[in-house]
Amino acid sequence: MEFKFTVENHEKVVKLFDNYPTKKAAIMPVLYIAQEQNGYISGEVIKEVSTILEVTEEDVMGVVTFYTMYHQHMPGKYHLQVCTNVSCMLRGAYDIWEAVKAKTGLKNGETSADGLFSLEEVECMGSCGTAPMIAVNEDFHENLTKEKALELIESLN
Amino acid sequence: MIAAYAIGANSAYVYIRGEYHKWIKLFQKALDEAYEAGLVGEKMKTTFGTKFHVNIYVHKGAGAYICGEESSLMNSIEGKRGYPRVKPPFPAQNGLWGNPTTINNVETLTNVPAIINKGWEWFSKIGAEKHPGTILYGVSGHVNKPGVYELPSGTLLTDIIYNYAGGVPGNKKIKCVIPGGSSMPPLRGDQLEGIAMDAESLKAAGSSIGTAGIMVMDEDTDLVRVLARISKFYYHESCGQCTPCREGTGWMVKILNRMAAGHGQKDDVELLLSVANNIDGNTICALGEAAAWPVKFMVSRFREEFESRMNNSLDHPSLNKVHSMRHSKITVE
Repeated sequence: MEFKFTVENHEKVVKLFDNYPTKKAAIMPVLYIAQEQNGYISGEVIKEVSTILEVTEEDVMGVVTFYTMYHQHMPGKYHLQVCTNVSCMLRGAYDIWEAVKAKTGLKNGETSADGLFSLEEVECMGSCGTAPMIAVNEDFHENLTKEKALELIESLN
Repeated sequence: MIAAYAIGANSAYVYIRGEYHKWIKLFQKALDEAYEAGLVGEKMKTTFGTKFHVNIYVHKGAGAYICGEESSLMNSIEGKRGYPRVKPPFPAQNGLWGNPTTINNVETLTNVPAIINKGWEWFSKIGAEKHPGTILYGVSGHVNKPGVYELPSGTLLTDIIYNYAGGVPGNKKIKCVIPGGSSMPPLRGDQLEGIAMDAESLKAAGSSIGTAGIMVMDEDTDLVRVLARISKFYYHESCGQCTPCREGTGWMVKILNRMAAGHGQKDDVELLLSVANNIDGNTICALGEAAAWPVKFMVSRFREEFESRMNNSLDHPSLNKVHSMRHSKITVE
């Protein structure tokens, strides 16, 4: 499916050019705008971004594959990111991780058939003082227990 | 802004990790307000009546730990993969788009207004003599009140753990403390007394202050699993440029995972140290050391725990003896 920025988003992209001396440098923020519009970074998105920024598709692809926050597949409506790094692990993150997996029936990196949930085991989200945590899309849910985590997922629909 | 004025920089980028969506929005809002008020950008020339102006931009990261490394951070701002650069040239000579660049931690720069307002004499009286000021200590793990505490540098580690963070749940003993983020050498629970959170004291104790991220582990913690998890993190975050780090981090995870599962082979501790020693010092950036140090020091300081996970009847036939003999000795400062 062909990808074009909406008029509003295109304005945002052009405005970003003021922030950097080269167009290439705008790759990361432009990809964020594209991801917000399209849900994930498809081949068409890469093509369009490379055309606008006058870089090769490989330049864009290189950035997309290097940074974990660009989705290469459509995530669920709720993208569940469970941190299992040390600070969270010490406070029971693996119990939460197993419980969330069982509750959603998903494995790491999978998206549910109805598109409601996608699940990802993530590295440190910088929330160590309020561990353990799950990020749902952009929102942090901190100081969790297994019960609280399951309640949280129950509340999402 | 003041820092930019001090070095004569006309552009400044604030790089914030991508996961901090909420805080990026807050910062951007504050920045927009500053622009509006004429405190930043072209308008500041009229506001302050100077020839100097600086534009400040926010650059949002996208989930790559390595972009905390300064040269990798610059590549990321330039719209490239976050590969660290070979130094020299250093950023001050050849930085962002080839321009002289200074990279500071925001935590450092936040001290500037207070120093200007209250004077350096006032500032130099806070905390440790050689490193005055306050530090944001992020305390996590087995404590009653985890969180971020701003305290003077040189605060006693035991004071932070027991007084501020409320001690260990269930009054358990501490087995291990990592004082400066997961890449720094861990300390044994029985050596914590008298250690102050400053560079000298921690160096004497065989560790380093790093990010001042303090992780506390109680006596029931399985350190093999902890180390396996730490190694998994560095394996995940290795950018893949240098072979020792790209391959070595994966090997360490494999060895540690089989140890954690109780299938350690008889030479695994030595093999683990050998892999760590072959990463240490052989990479472009410090992520190599960050991955190797926790392994080297955790294993050497808690060797009995790791050895207890080895099954002497298991000996993998493909174990590379020559390789593991090369650097099997480890010295702990």
